[in-house]
Amino acid sequence: MTAVEERAAAEVGRPRKRKEDRRLITGRTRWTDNLMLPGMLHMAMVRSPIAHGRITSIDVQAASQASGVLLVLTGQDLAEEQGSLPNAWPITDDQKAPPHPAMAVDRVAFAGEIVAAIIARSAAEARDAAELVDVEYEELPVVLDLDAASKEGATLAHPDLGTNVSATWVFDSAEAGSGSNVDDAIRDSEVTIERTYRQQRLIPGFIEPRSVVVDPTHEQITMWSATQIPHVLKLMLALTTDTPESKLRVIAPDVGGGFGGKLQVTPEEVITLLAAKRIGRPVKYTETRSENMVSGHHGRDQIQRLTLAANRDGTVTGFKVDLLADMGAYLGLVTSGIPILGAFMFNAIYKFPSYRFTCTNVFTNKTWTDAYRGAGRPEATYAIERMMDELAAELDIDPLELREKNWIKHEEFPFTTVAGLEYDSGNYEAATAKAKEMFGYDDLRREQAERRERNDPVQLGIGISTYTEMCGLAPSRVLGALSYGAGGWEHASVRMLASGKVEVITGSSAHGQGHETAWSQIVADRLGVPFEDIEVLHGDTHVAHKGMDTYGSRSLTIGGIAALRAADKVVEKARTVAAHMLEANRDDLEFEGGKFTVKGTDKSVTIGDVALHTFAAHDLPDGYEPSLDSEATVDPENFSFPHGTHLCAVEVDTETGEAKIRSYVCVDDVGSVVNPLIVEGQVHGGVAQGIAQALYEEAIHDESGTLVTGSLVDYLVPSAADLPTFGSDRTETPATSNPLGVKGVGEAGTIASTPAVVNAIVDALRPMGINDVPMPCSPHRIWQAIQSASSGGQS
Amino acid sequence: MAQINVNVDGVAYSDDVEPRMLLAQYLRERLGKTGTVIGCDTSNCGACTVHLDGRSVKSCAMFAVQADGHDVTTIEGIASNGELHPVQQAFHDTHALQCGFCTPGMIMQSIDLLTENPKPTEAEIRLGLEGNLCRCTGYQNIVRAVQQASSGGGES
Repeated sequence: MTAVEERAAAEVGRPRKRKEDRRLITGRTRWTDNLMLPGMLHMAMVRSPIAHGRITSIDVQAASQASGVLLVLTGQDLAEEQGSLPNAWPITDDQKAPPHPAMAVDRVAFAGEIVAAIIARSAAEARDAAELVDVEYEELPVVLDLDAASKEGATLAHPDLGTNVSATWVFDSAEAGSGSNVDDAIRDSEVTIERTYRQQRLIPGFIEPRSVVVDPTHEQITMWSATQIPHVLKLMLALTTDTPESKLRVIAPDVGGGFGGKLQVTPEEVITLLAAKRIGRPVKYTETRSENMVSGHHGRDQIQRLTLAANRDGTVTGFKVDLLADMGAYLGLVTSGIPILGAFMFNAIYKFPSYRFTCTNVFTNKTWTDAYRGAGRPEATYAIERMMDELAAELDIDPLELREKNWIKHEEFPFTTVAGLEYDSGNYEAATAKAKEMFGYDDLRREQAERRERNDPVQLGIGISTYTEMCGLAPSRVLGALSYGAGGWEHASVRMLASGKVEVITGSSAHGQGHETAWSQIVADRLGVPFEDIEVLHGDTHVAHKGMDTYGSRSLTIGGIAALRAADKVVEKARTVAAHMLEANRDDLEFEGGKFTVKGTDKSVTIGDVALHTFAAHDLPDGYEPSLDSEATVDPENFSFPHGTHLCAVEVDTETGEAKIRSYVCVDDVGSVVNPLIVEGQVHGGVAQGIAQALYEEAIHDESGTLVTGSLVDYLVPSAADLPTFGSDRTETPATSNPLGVKGVGEAGTIASTPAVVNAIVDALRPMGINDVPMPCSPHRIWQAIQSASSGGQS
Repeated sequence: MAQINVNVDGVAYSDDVEPRMLLAQYLRERLGKTGTVIGCDTSNCGACTVHLDGRSVKSCAMFAVQADGHDVTTIEGIASNGELHPVQQAFHDTHALQCGFCTPGMIMQSIDLLTENPKPTEAEIRLGLEGNLCRCTGYQNIVRAVQQASSGGGES
């Protein structure tokens, strides 16, 4: 295809190769840790090796006198100015939370908490000196087990708080008016399934360790940080450290992955800011991987007690969810709200008449938890998709048939769910039919029956996950109703340069998602200018002065639409100038392919001509403000609800316990697609992370609260050799809540895949009397389940 | 301090370094070769992979002094005259990167893999990249990139 032909086609929908690749594949990148500033100093942290204790003394004398050391800071030094790290989502009016100092002052509550910082001329000298800091602790009893911590009389993670329970949050469909009473449904049901599932603790595992540089030498203090949230961070730093917001500039340069793990206001950022202010020179802190594992926030960590009520024909009549959620030692930026994001998703794609969700947030002496890819929705999806399989087994109905019996039919949209959300669109039949065909569902079921028949030591299991999720963390009024501390809008501006080139500024700062490419495609179509002529700028609060950043699969459906709206405003401003130039009436102009044409004539000007004409400003309509630049702030009218059907076939060796994914097929419906290449990549990566939860990953603490999976040796982030090739495809049911018909895609794969894999493993083993294997389903755990079942016990 | 003579991306350097300085640190901090990155402290992630005399090494797992007298090639030295290396081109063509942090190491390892085995099967590619972690892509498109660069690829 020639370049000219390419430009003639619409940009949206094309598999454009990414603009951002060039610098990334040639090593001309701008990671925060690359930065070197004149006079820059380096910081190293001293961290608590114990999970709970009083700091009785800190001797910094030797460290202070060590080579190259300029400053040593302890919590006592910062006590006055460090404030408390923000929790922006108090889920109840009476939520309890301990103060959250960036640096511990007199007590530590998890192993890895910062107790001192060394600022030295080189990173090596700072680290050497950190070894010389002598901290004495009076150890306090630790509480680590979530279940135990939630009980009356438990050891307290924070003795001054008087309880480990931070908050209890309830959604009841009978009270909300969105459904009937779940207790009645359970009482009147013909069959009930009760199960308890554990969502193990995970570590986000982005490959770029977090890094922060603060330059205090100008009137405005500049912070570079490997963060997902430069805008939120700027505001929160201003509020917590008593720095005027106008005195701060935050830059997120190239950022190496986040997955929710860089959606945080970190102690390290606050301490670097305070240290740089104090010493008056630029300071850099880059964490080691080991530090990241203990001090970057963790994800998941819930216990789910579930009761599903149904009639014997498979119609579900109610779902009751009792959740314990482990906060760890503190509340981070949105820690407490993460389980609440799941509250609206336990009913998934189904028409349940009754539902109750009760969540109890609990403190323990472990690293605090917060957002991790999917944030609340993977947990919910796992619970319901596992339960639907359990119900199908109980009733001896094919699990896909059972789902179809209960799901919302495509002609029933828009549909208000029992959790009170309005799903705007979807077609579960279409996605499932396509997935079944790609997967060879019937053939695999036949093979499964044959293997069972001949008692094959390698059994075949088929796992299903028909998920949906809510993306966008929006609209603002809904977030307000949930006590979330901010809005859900996004901002963009479009600058029409004199030469006809275009700058798009987005408040949604990417860290791998490909905004520079996708936003270019959107704006190219709206302005009729070449894809190559558009530059997308982001991640610097000087440049993108307003934004709500990137998380929750929100960027395209909100930030992309903001770019579209801003571009449309540019066209409308240009139309006035074009009419003036063509001596025609505004209403007589049509705009297509970047050109204003007087209807029925060949008189035309391009938008580039208009841009230059406006720049010169010699001959504009009277009173016309000489600028085409426009901005838009978009608050979405609804969440977006991608959905899909994921099917997984697993071969389980019943003699070794090894589970091997034989095939994985996913058909996702993310609405209309701007760039299919990017969408496919998001699905692949998401599915991989969900499989990782099912099979490999778990953050484990020993009985004293030390993280024993504290490096990539022990925490099993899967490699290429651990994962299969996925068969992925799409159906397209456009969202009705935005003009492009797009839905979120960033978290869908992760949300969908975990239950598909575990359902497959359990399906393989069910004839042996096994109905669960706790995650991660390691060969050891599967083998144990088989041994326990064959010796007469239940798994 | 120890003196080293090392050729990096075709340029000869003579430097005094602390004996404990890692090769990755030397490349980044002394030579400004920040294309090579550090992702972990246990040599698991492979983000720091470079070539030493044409074979891949993890530059965070060796000292700068060990590179004395050797040729080092980084991600910044494989394109020539503005033309991307075929593996770089393949990563771009197949969308084999998202955040891009693992990409330099992944590309350097892929080149090494193809040097050793010009027509690898999918399984051989996956095994050959086992020492390099990517959290974004699920590896599928990285495997495709290596297949594309292997000029047609092998049997899967």
